Amino acid sequence: MANRQKRPRLLAVASGGGHWIQLLRIAPAFGDCDCAFVCTLDAGDQVGGHRFYRVPDANRWNKLAVIRMSLTVLGIMVRERPAIVISTGAAPGCIALLFGRLIGAKTIWLDSFANVDTLSMSGRLAGRFADLWLTQWKHLAKPDGPHYEGSVI
Amino acid sequence: MIFVTVGVQLPFDRLVGAVDTWAGTRDRSDVVAQIGASKYVPKHIRCQATMTPTEFKRCVTEATAVVAHAGMGSIITALELGKPILIMPRRAALGEHRNDHQMSTARLMAEQNIVTVAQDEDELVDYLDRIETLGRSAGISSHAGSQLVGRISAFIAEVDRRR
Repeated sequence: MANRQKRPRLLAVASGGGHWIQLLRIAPAFGDCDCAFVCTLDAGDQVGGHRFYRVPDANRWNKLAVIRMSLTVLGIMVRERPAIVISTGAAPGCIALLFGRLIGAKTIWLDSFANVDTLSMSGRLAGRFADLWLTQWKHLAKPDGPHYEGSVI
Repeated sequence: MIFVTVGVQLPFDRLVGAVDTWAGTRDRSDVVAQIGASKYVPKHIRCQATMTPTEFKRCVTEATAVVAHAGMGSIITALELGKPILIMPRRAALGEHRNDHQMSTARLMAEQNIVTVAQDEDELVDYLDRIETLGRSAGISSHAGSQLVGRISAFIAEVDRRR
């Protein structure tokens, strides 16, 4: 389908639990993009027939797990070649934004609603790779980002 | 059925233990729990470590009330399905989380009257005894507000235009 080729490819990434649920709540914004979803839990039945990939979870205290997760994300990135990468956290999303940037995609980070007092570690780091860098709390917004544009609730 | 959930990443023995003891003393056999990495072995409640997001949603759907840590997945799912939710935040001082963001989440949500917050196990038991009378949350729609959705979709449209 020629038309299908023209739709931008979007890769949406989140860890299981709250990050994932917040990602699904912003999915209406993806419009008619050609979407693929990535989660650390087996959530393939929640993405309405879009492509789905599972990645191993990792946090910054387990370096081996971070490497394994990063390689999986890299593989997905090479296969998907997205024009847009979006994440609500945490570590796998941050890595996805980094790789997305490297392949020339535009990137969006929406920091979790749970980060009320300060941005998460991955949220601060993702700020370096995010073209659109958002917090869900007005009091955490700054002129150079993260910006506040409403919340998932 | 009362559904208890503490997320998948970190143990929360204080909550699981308190609910289990409560279920034993009150002879409640209708408590189901997703206990993640908790070490405590429940004697009175049915539990499993993890579940898929779809199984999780089914448990919340079938529950009359949800008891949880102050995690966004638990809170948002309960709100989307209009279920009363009782939360006890994890405390960093007790090694239950890396920082006290769950205390902040709990405080902000309690201020908006959308959740009931127990600060400790004693309060938790008090609320559990009247869990059937806890206010049903007004419910929220299944997607984010128009400001956020609009901003992200405008960004995507701009990327598409420039390709």
